[in-house]
Amino acid sequence: MMDYSKAINHTVAEIKPSGIRKFFDIAATMDGVISLGVGEPDFRTPWQIRKAGINSLEKGKTKYTSNWGIAQLRSAVSDYVKRKYSINYQPDEEILITVGGSEAIDACIRAVVAPGDEVIIPQPSYVCYEPITRLAGGVPVIIETKAEDDFKVTKKQLENALSPRTKLLILPYPCNPTGAIMEKEDLEELADVLKGTNVIVLSDEIYAELTFGGKRHVSPASIDGMWERTVTVNGFSKAFSMTGWRLGFACGPREIMDQITKIHQFAIMCAPTTSQYAAIEALKNCDGEVERMVHEYDMRRRMMVAGFNEIGLVCREPKGAFYTFPSIKSTGLSSDEFCERLLYSKKVAVVPGTAFGESGEGFIRASYCYSVEHIKEAISRIGEFLKEL
Amino acid sequence: MKYEILKLLARNAKYSAKDIAVMLGSDEDTVAKEIAQLEKDGFIKGYKAIVDWQMVEDSYVSAIIELNVVPKAELGFEEVAESIMKYEEVESVYLMSGSYDLNVVVKGKTLQDVARFVARELATIDSVTQTTTHFVMRRYKEMDVVLAGDEKDDRGQLFI
Ligand SMILES: Cc1ncc(COP(=O)(O)O)c(C=O)c1O
Repeated sequence: MMDYSKAINHTVAEIKPSGIRKFFDIAATMDGVISLGVGEPDFRTPWQIRKAGINSLEKGKTKYTSNWGIAQLRSAVSDYVKRKYSINYQPDEEILITVGGSEAIDACIRAVVAPGDEVIIPQPSYVCYEPITRLAGGVPVIIETKAEDDFKVTKKQLENALSPRTKLLILPYPCNPTGAIMEKEDLEELADVLKGTNVIVLSDEIYAELTFGGKRHVSPASIDGMWERTVTVNGFSKAFSMTGWRLGFACGPREIMDQITKIHQFAIMCAPTTSQYAAIEALKNCDGEVERMVHEYDMRRRMMVAGFNEIGLVCREPKGAFYTFPSIKSTGLSSDEFCERLLYSKKVAVVPGTAFGESGEGFIRASYCYSVEHIKEAISRIGEFLKEL
Repeated sequence: MKYEILKLLARNAKYSAKDIAVMLGSDEDTVAKEIAQLEKDGFIKGYKAIVDWQMVEDSYVSAIIELNVVPKAELGFEEVAESIMKYEEVESVYLMSGSYDLNVVVKGKTLQDVARFVARELATIDSVTQTTTHFVMRRYKEMDVVLAGDEKDDRGQLFI
């Protein structure tokens, strides 16, 4: 008999599968469930982008591309990040096209972190940073961001988390699930703390285009002294509604990018060719489409925030991404209990805050990648649920 | 803001002033006043349900009639368009560019009803030189709303 416990890498075996998986598998089998659960846009990829992908197929562009990605796309990325976020990267050797932001995050962490190295991860945040750190043998050092700080990383928290073993700081802003953003002054304070260290910053800016209330996203690499230590990760999934195309990119100083690209070269070869051709169109000609979607998200965002506050769940105004993160502390339930009971009694699926780290206890994540009608119905059911508690 | 309000009401006439105010970051009073003004000024002509008549037992037939018309010297197409739109059977009348002049959508209970109406009322108008009738076989989408088959949310079970 095989003893799989001996066969499998224990670091992998010890990684917990996402705890809410089972819960949502149940939701998927129930009838009449309405979900505020998913983290991907409901909009289809704008037609002109799809068309660009189709055109490339018609022309027979079905081969591998350069490891770094098509030159024309890297050039478009260079123009785009300069135009949008005032950061300068050379198309050659400073920009790598990846399989989603996901691959960029994975390769960056692996390129920087050796066994025993510490990685500072603010939470609540997206679920991938901690397991990938562990796979690299790294030690996650968690910063618990607080609602009263608008879920930002403070200077003090960073100072306390830093140690001589710190190799990498993750900056997951705009933040899934909290909707928090970091403004210029916030970033300058962190830059101050990092000055003189060799700590690298992995800035996950996948939601950079989705900011609201007149606040534009500020890239950490645009802050004085930060460019040289920052790997900027972004992608097409959220801004352009292109989740299934699996395309993203990483930008940084060539000393780091060369190493990241080695991992990419051997593990992946190159990002999907069709997606790369489509992405050129996205970056060059789709500002209007993105604006239209952002406007739509903004209306839904206001609707959801107002709705939660009205039924008695305190909900701060998220400034970015497409999630609200209301507090459920007033119910006295844990996040898990709240979500499970809500699912069974009112058939509404939301994600417990604890899925994004222990500091998410007392919160739920509700996505507004849904129509206004859908959101209203869900909130009204949650309202009934609260009344019956 | 007028334009934003119109866009939202055209999407769903049941949005309340409060809903719209929340979505646009305004207040209920202001929006209610704007809507009243838009109604008064005729920007909003009315509100009605989008019915899928194919689902209603009583049968429902409609046809698109292309009319070729000799325009009048002074009045152009106005006169004939106005006389056509007075009929209850007529759902819409459009002046068209291209190979014919007026596009008239006619509804009735049966094919015969519609055919009879075209033959008796439209074809007999003096300035109408030709009619071409196209019966609607199936309605897939009506006023932006999909009637045939649901547009399913096909997002996967990836929840994070
Ligand atoms: C914060 C964050 N980073 C990265 C990703 C991964 O995105 P991609 O589709 O580009 O791999 C997600 C997806 O949900 C995310 O929320």
